[in-house]
Amino acid sequence: MEIQYVYTKKRADFGRQCIFSDRPSELLVDIAPNPEALKEFLERDPVDRAIQVVQEMSEHDVNTERFETDSHGVNHAEGGWPKDVNPQEVEQVIRFRKKVEKDEMYVSTVQNLGNQMEHCIRQNNAIDIYQDYFSDIEIQATEEPPSAKTINVFRDPCKDRGVAHISWYPDGPTKLAIAYCNTDFQRAPKDTSTESYLWDVINPNKPELALKPVSPLVCLEYNPKDSHVLVGGCYNGQIAYWDSRKGSQPVESTEVANGHRDPVWKVIWNQSKTGTECFSVSTDGQVLWWDTRKLSEPIERLCLDPTKKQDLACAHGAYSLEYEPTIPTKFMAGSEQGAIFACNRKGKTDADKIVAVYPGHIGPVYALQRNPQFPKVFMSVGDWTARIWSEDIKENAIMWTKYHQCGLTDGCWSTARPGVFFTSKTDGTLDVWDLLFKQNDPTLTVQVCDEPLQCLRLQEHGRLMACGSQSGVATIVELSEGFYAQNRNERNLVNAIFERETRREKILESRHREMKLKEKKGGAEEEEEHRDEEHEDLVAKAEADFFAAIENEKKLRDRRKEEREAALRNGQVDEEEEAGTGIGDAEDEAEEKQELEKVEEVPEQAAEEKGESESAEK
Amino acid sequence: AEVEETFKRILSHKGVIGAIIVSYDGIPIRSSFAENDVTVQYCALIQQLAQKAKSAVRDLDPGNDLTFLRIRSKKNEIMVAPSPDYLLLVVQEPNDQP
Repeated sequence: MEIQYVYTKKRADFGRQCIFSDRPSELLVDIAPNPEALKEFLERDPVDRAIQVVQEMSEHDVNTERFETDSHGVNHAEGGWPKDVNPQEVEQVIRFRKKVEKDEMYVSTVQNLGNQMEHCIRQNNAIDIYQDYFSDIEIQATEEPPSAKTINVFRDPCKDRGVAHISWYPDGPTKLAIAYCNTDFQRAPKDTSTESYLWDVINPNKPELALKPVSPLVCLEYNPKDSHVLVGGCYNGQIAYWDSRKGSQPVESTEVANGHRDPVWKVIWNQSKTGTECFSVSTDGQVLWWDTRKLSEPIERLCLDPTKKQDLACAHGAYSLEYEPTIPTKFMAGSEQGAIFACNRKGKTDADKIVAVYPGHIGPVYALQRNPQFPKVFMSVGDWTARIWSEDIKENAIMWTKYHQCGLTDGCWSTARPGVFFTSKTDGTLDVWDLLFKQNDPTLTVQVCDEPLQCLRLQEHGRLMACGSQSGVATIVELSEGFYAQNRNERNLVNAIFERETRREKILESRHREMKLKEKKGGAEEEEEHRDEEHEDLVAKAEADFFAAIENEKKLRDRRKEEREAALRNGQVDEEEEAGTGIGDAEDEAEEKQELEKVEEVPEQAAEEKGESESAEK
Repeated sequence: AEVEETFKRILSHKGVIGAIIVSYDGIPIRSSFAENDVTVQYCALIQQLAQKAKSAVRDLDPGNDLTFLRIRSKKNEIMVAPSPDYLLLVVQEPNDQP
């Protein structure tokens, strides 16, 4: 249907300005809906419509332009010359150069640059400006106070047992072998477990492997050559060896008849070609050598008899054993009676096998170890002290600690620093001694636990220390850096300490020997007097010198006074002379002072020497 | 003549092995080295390096400019004093006097 709207305008109004006005809207056409059209439509129900709420993504490809690289050599030929100059022709080159040199700017620039350059050249000549300062001064170890920190604690799953021995895994601080045993004589309850465990350091809750010997292990050692093999000494005198790959039962153990008759306190692996030799020591007085391939019988036997007759009846039972793999034929055993035996395995006769006996301690020697860096020096721990011995001095230790309040149970040297050693005590403390720092007291005392510490073992690197207590708790303690970082001079200084003490002991030894000889001849006292006399002589001599010098000076001064007085009386006093004598006096005074000093030094020296010998005698 | 003087003065310092004045396009104007190829090598290599150093300094901070370049090697030290048109290059053997 057509909708029309007619708009009219008078011809006379054409061209006139349009005047617009507003008016309300006018309804022109109204078309109503036609309900009949509904019949042609159907309602649709349901209506399916798909909707999606998803990020719209699109895929694009981008490719950068390939950057082509190529390797070329560059040939430096002469270049840069302006086009009209041929570099080969010398004349042209010279002409060009002269032209440039005439340029004014050239002159001023060169002068300027020259000045700068000279400054730097002079700098270079004066000092090396790239010198590395302090390059030769080592970074001093940080001066932090010594400390030790408990890292891990391993508790024995069974009760009533103490830690008897600890051995670190040879290939790094990852595992520990701990032997548990109740060492109180016949006091262990009947059903105490005989197991000892291998622990992994990361997992202190559960042991990695349990070793099941017939009787509890008193000592346990990893084979340093083969880290899966362990040997253990039992409380009943047997020795057994395990392979940790093969399980908890010992691969083989010795027969009771052929082994020791007392607990095997220490077993150590020997340095041998086969790597299967070990030797053991026990309080029955024997040292037995074994080959782990055939544990039915020992290879060799030795009795620790100080009378050198290999008599088992008077042999000393031994608690500790010392063996250094670098000195394969010698070893040392510390006995229950306190003596230390130095033995040579390859002695020709039985008597030769025991090389020397050191007086040792008042009670059993619990630990014995050579200093890893100075093999001639070894330390022993027993009764209430730790002593340091030198192999050459057989009468007395060269250094010892003071008597402690409680007994010492174990000790070892530090592998990293030659002057550091550790001791464990029955009050549960671990002492760290640093000979360079303090010799009278331990440098650090750590209270590891409340029960007595029975054994300790330092890990090869020198940082971690495992301590075992009487209640079956093994603690790993980490030491502060000062204890395992070695200074440059340390070896020399510690060597000097040991040598000095050795010398002192030697002097004392020789003096004792002389005294003994004189006693036999009946003149011991005279000798002492003679020595005292010598000292007194020195002192007297020094005093005499001193007084003589003073006398001389007095005489000189008196003489000069007399001369001056004489001059005054004669009226020949010259101001210059007075001044001259004044200066002369001052010079004399200075001389006097020097002489006095020298004379004073002599009695001082004599006093020092006297003091030294007195302290040495002590 | 002043140029001569300056040049000679530089060469007379202790430890100085040689000096070269290079123009901005790499031509050695004056050189104390006897062999030409040594001169040419120094010119070409050092001039490029100095140019690179200058552009690096300016790229990092447009207001900055290269004043001096020192290359210290094991055996000697090459010092370069740049200017807009020329370059003064000196090779010196440093004396390790403490």
